[in-house]
Amino acid sequence: MPDRQIGEAILDAQSISLSFGGIQALSEVSLAIREHEIFAIIGPNGAGKTSLLNVINGFYHPQRGSLTWKGVTRRRMRPHEAAAQGIARTFQNVALFRGMTTLDNIMTGRLMRMRKNLFWQALHVGPAATEELEHRAAVERIIDFLEIEAIRKVPVGQLAYGLQKRVELARALAMEPELLLLDEPMAGMNVEEKEDMCRFILDVNDEFGTTIALIEHDMGVVMDISDRVAVLDYGRKLADGPPDDVRSDPAVIAAYLGVER
Amino acid sequence: MTPIVVDATTEPAAVAAPRTEALDTFPKMLMAHARLRPDRPAMREKDYGIWQSWSWAQVASEVAALAGGLAALGFRRGDKLAIIGDNRPRLYWAIAATQALGGVPVPVYQDSIADEMAFVLDHAEMRFAIVEGQEQVDKLVLVKERCPLLEHVIFCDPRGLRHYKEAYLHPYDRVREEGQALLRERPDFVTREIARGEGADTAIILYTSGTTGRPKGVVLSFDNLIATARAAIAFEGLTDREEVLAYLPMAWIGEHIFSYVQAYCTGFCVSCPESGATAMADLRELGPSYLFAPPRIFETILTQVMIRMEDAAWWKRRIFDYFLGVARRAGPALLDGRAVSWRDRALYRLGNLLVYGPLKNTLGLSRVRVAYTAGEAIGPDLFLFYRALGINLKQLYGMTESSVFLCIQRDGAARPDTVGVPIPGVEIRIAEGGEVLFRSPGAFQSYYKNPEATAEMKGADDWVHTGDAGFFDADRQLTIVDRARDVGHLEGGALFAPKFIENKLKFFPYIKEAVAFGDGRDFVAAFINIDLEAVGNWAERRSLAYASYQELAANEGVYDLIEGCIASVNRDLAAEPHLAPSQIRRFLILHKELDADDGELTRTRKVRRRIIAERYRSLVEALYAGAETGHIESEVTFEDGRRGTMRAELRVREVATAPVPRPAPPPEPVRRTEAVA
Repeated sequence: MPDRQIGEAILDAQSISLSFGGIQALSEVSLAIREHEIFAIIGPNGAGKTSLLNVINGFYHPQRGSLTWKGVTRRRMRPHEAAAQGIARTFQNVALFRGMTTLDNIMTGRLMRMRKNLFWQALHVGPAATEELEHRAAVERIIDFLEIEAIRKVPVGQLAYGLQKRVELARALAMEPELLLLDEPMAGMNVEEKEDMCRFILDVNDEFGTTIALIEHDMGVVMDISDRVAVLDYGRKLADGPPDDVRSDPAVIAAYLGVER
Repeated sequence: MTPIVVDATTEPAAVAAPRTEALDTFPKMLMAHARLRPDRPAMREKDYGIWQSWSWAQVASEVAALAGGLAALGFRRGDKLAIIGDNRPRLYWAIAATQALGGVPVPVYQDSIADEMAFVLDHAEMRFAIVEGQEQVDKLVLVKERCPLLEHVIFCDPRGLRHYKEAYLHPYDRVREEGQALLRERPDFVTREIARGEGADTAIILYTSGTTGRPKGVVLSFDNLIATARAAIAFEGLTDREEVLAYLPMAWIGEHIFSYVQAYCTGFCVSCPESGATAMADLRELGPSYLFAPPRIFETILTQVMIRMEDAAWWKRRIFDYFLGVARRAGPALLDGRAVSWRDRALYRLGNLLVYGPLKNTLGLSRVRVAYTAGEAIGPDLFLFYRALGINLKQLYGMTESSVFLCIQRDGAARPDTVGVPIPGVEIRIAEGGEVLFRSPGAFQSYYKNPEATAEMKGADDWVHTGDAGFFDADRQLTIVDRARDVGHLEGGALFAPKFIENKLKFFPYIKEAVAFGDGRDFVAAFINIDLEAVGNWAERRSLAYASYQELAANEGVYDLIEGCIASVNRDLAAEPHLAPSQIRRFLILHKELDADDGELTRTRKVRRRIIAERYRSLVEALYAGAETGHIESEVTFEDGRRGTMRAELRVREVATAPVPRPAPPPEPVRRTEAVA
């Protein structure tokens, strides 16, 4: 992997508008996420951050606007299509299979990449066995990368919250995505867990060149690790740009960071 | 293949094969193993979920390549190389590679904060360092300015280091390749360098954590290590078929002896766990035959077993408790070969089938032939628990300055209160005042660049002062009471041995650490650190809500729980006349765990009582002033090195003391004078 260099826009959202009945979740939001960057989306509660991620991975379909992913523009994309095209995500409230082990949870992230059909997989012979070994090796590399060897065989439901978040990240990484959407990856964590998570996010971006879009409330974290930041408020984009520019933007200060009197 | 034993002391019959007298350094031994048992595994590491292994031949070529690479970077004879990281094969190879070039490896505790690391790097004048990965590289980058002599840092794991532009950082793989290139041009380079080494050379410098002051660098020669290791190998009959798990810090002498020195002396295989957190699971998979652990590891294992049993069904608990009773009655006696009634024998067999066997298997202790505990006194109940299960757990006595082994308990003569008999070659004497002195081939050369401390420890007559107070008992086994300087007296003149009391407290799974005060006071009082796992579990089962360690520690119910533990210790103390006055009258539960990062424990988790007494002076005063609460503000160091302040208001609790059978007699003298062993 060559040195990470921020490239052209990999995802381009143009004038996205999304409403649920009378509630306007997103209005005329345009932004571009560039290849290999860490892109943060911030804003107060209800600003439309999660809605935006849901639009990007095809869970919501916007009423107006278009999405261009790797040069292909489409208005509608279903979540599994997004996943097949290299968009993975984690959720604000952990969405793992609680009764399954860490290892099995991460294995599910490989399903998209398994080629043998259910019949062969069930028999677990010949090419299907070889394929599973390859996938298992890939999963082991991720386990090593995220330092979760000790919980490999532990059912996820028994894990502490911070570790569950890490397992969720591992499952998203197992898809080998090009764009990783992280919805509040550090919510509810203590300082040390946050530091670990920051390091993992930076390392993922660095080692695999994965483009990352994340929603986060901890301003310290956002300003430290992001290449660019977009600010949403009441479904509208207030600003986007490098952290320092955003921090000093008067509209942002007024809406979000608070005004000094 | 048939094993060929290199070491003459383990099997004299094999002397014919190699020339034993020439094997006076570890690199020489390595080359001999590569010739004699090239395909036998020398090292294993669990990586990506699988045990990866290297044969002796592979290890020899890895070590040669690394040595070549170091030489290509300009490593000269006598240079020092710091080794910092978890137990990894490459770091063990770095020890051998350094020694092959006539250099001195200096392992550093991997969890040291940058400041401590800077001291050691600077004090040992290290030009080279080999570290595990980014975490350690970051610390070295931070202290590089203060260590002008440090020229090259080699890292094993390149993860996260892509953007580091510092010219002194080298990836391990590149160093290894350059070494291979050098060896292609000069194939006999490493062999020649190895041949130049001899037994009297310095093999390693180990910095002792030290409960007071700055760490001291203990210089040990090949002769020191090899003579001591061989004596212990002969004492226990170790062979090249032992299985050992290398999971304790590499900078600790015990780990170095067990996972490096003895492995090279006999040719057994050493396995590295996947990570610190998986060590117990890896132990189970490996099933070691030769095990070393400080008491706290045995304590942790027991705590986990007990917690899980409390969650088990009632009939399982009944079976467990019943057979544990049988084991306590018959197990140690069976292990020692003493007479046991046929009924107990039969019950023990049944218990082995139902309880002990499965339990040992779960813990990974089924194949243990020799297990040691040392470093700290072990609670008698804890010690006997393992022996009751049929595990040959023994105590040994030693220190960095003696290349570990001074005394070992013989098979069949293991007792919780002694540390065994001197091994062949070791002489022990009890000085006037009770201090233990020794003379042995393993006695250290000196403290590096610290002649005053060396002179203090090592008298002109070659007797080394251990600083421990002890005596020989009727069986001629050595008994260690405490650090000589920690033994004190209550105001009434009664004996006060803090560690003895603390160990009794720490046997309760709920108590992680305890610090007893009493020297020069009129009664004994204690600080308690609760064990988060055990007390957390206890609280959960009682639906006690808590959000943090601090909150749990301040809980009224937890205070009651601890009071119960202390009352029971008091009853024990009351039973022994000269210890009855040291019953604990007041205690408090600390709001934070005592931590090595804050300097409150040593890196090997020994309590630094002076520092604690100083830092928590306001709390000690509250204990003795009869106050209901004590206020404390303390500085804490977070894992990333930042500092913060913690404030807390802690409650002090009184404990009822147990009635003493009769008025306490004058204190029995602990420090006896004994003749030379």
